[in-house]
Amino acid sequence: MSDWPLWEVFVRAKGGLAHRHVGSVHAPDAELALRHARDTYTRRQEGVSLWIVRSADIVASDPDQAGELFEPAADKVYRHPTFYEIPDEVKHI
Amino acid sequence: MYTTELSKPGATVQPIAPQEDPELLAAFEARVAADEFIEPKDWMPEAYRKTLTRQISQHAHSEIVGMLPEGNWITRAPSLRRKAILLAKVQDEAGHGLYLYCAAETLGTSREEMIEALHSGKAKYSTIFNYPTLTWADIAAIGWLVDGAAIMNQVPLQRTSYGPYARAMVRVCKEESFHQRQGYEAMTELANGTPEQKRMAQDAFNRWWWPSLMMFGPPDENSPNTAQSLRWRIKRETNDELRQKFVDITVPQAEFLGLTVPDPELKWNEAKGGYDFGEIDWEEFYAVVRSEGPVARERITARREAWTQNAWVREAAAAHEAKRRSRAAA
Repeated sequence: MSDWPLWEVFVRAKGGLAHRHVGSVHAPDAELALRHARDTYTRRQEGVSLWIVRSADIVASDPDQAGELFEPAADKVYRHPTFYEIPDEVKHI
Repeated sequence: MYTTELSKPGATVQPIAPQEDPELLAAFEARVAADEFIEPKDWMPEAYRKTLTRQISQHAHSEIVGMLPEGNWITRAPSLRRKAILLAKVQDEAGHGLYLYCAAETLGTSREEMIEALHSGKAKYSTIFNYPTLTWADIAAIGWLVDGAAIMNQVPLQRTSYGPYARAMVRVCKEESFHQRQGYEAMTELANGTPEQKRMAQDAFNRWWWPSLMMFGPPDENSPNTAQSLRWRIKRETNDELRQKFVDITVPQAEFLGLTVPDPELKWNEAKGGYDFGEIDWEEFYAVVRSEGPVARERITARREAWTQNAWVREAAAAHEAKRRSRAAA
């Protein structure tokens, strides 16, 4: 029997925080994936909520294209508040 | 639990395949040297992929096989408290195996292939699990010494260059500390108990001390892959460095329990700020690596049986999924 599909596991540590990727599990279906994820990744109350996503459904950017994708932002420093000079005597800005 | 590089002595350093693109290789080496993390889809040299796959899968197998010697004692734990603790620990070992298999899979080897390699005897796992657990004191000694040695090995691996492995190690290290502390606590109870319990504690300590030191792997001069693994940040400290650290912190812990370290040559060395200790029986180590350990055959048989006898669970889960899918389609 070949491997069951792979599922990525995301855990919300507590209310107010986003779900965060913690790892993956193999399971034949979503329900079992959720159970496996619970046993594998939340044995110590690491979370209050789980998301399960089929790994095959994740669309990822290509690391070889990281330059083209992300570097154009590097020369747009004017997108950051610290780019602008405001005299010291001006407050609350 | 942890297994260090278990390639046989005399194996030569794998030269980097000459067909690797020198530009990509140089960029990769520079990233690793700058302590950047390598992620699954990043370019990596074949030798890096191969070495890591072997190391992570051996590590995963060790976690899985590591459940067996302790699992033997769940039904015989001396109290309900100890039983609950041991169950939780064994469950953790399963979890650690799963984190690590997942990390290894990101390098392109399937779970099925890895499990097959373990069951066929092709893959190695930590030599420590090929020793028997004769008494309850062995369970205490394993937690204290074997998990202690594992922590020593694993803490630096949280900074290993391969992202998924490093992240798995962070989780493992967080959980492993409980394993060591429960073992030491159980050992403390025995060491403070009746003369018979004290004898049990000393006996288990005697049998687990040397195998624990062997867990750090062959001495540096016989560890041919160390240099490359250090350069690639797959390993962060050498076998002998880690072994020395382990001896230095464990000896005072044994003294606190009133146990005698089974090594007549053990002596504090003021000049080096550490203990000198006797020669490890490397013949025994290599025999155990060759699966000649006292219970090697038993361990793998137990693993294979667990896999085949519980095949129905996997089949039922798959059948359930297929049935639901066909109903949904209807």
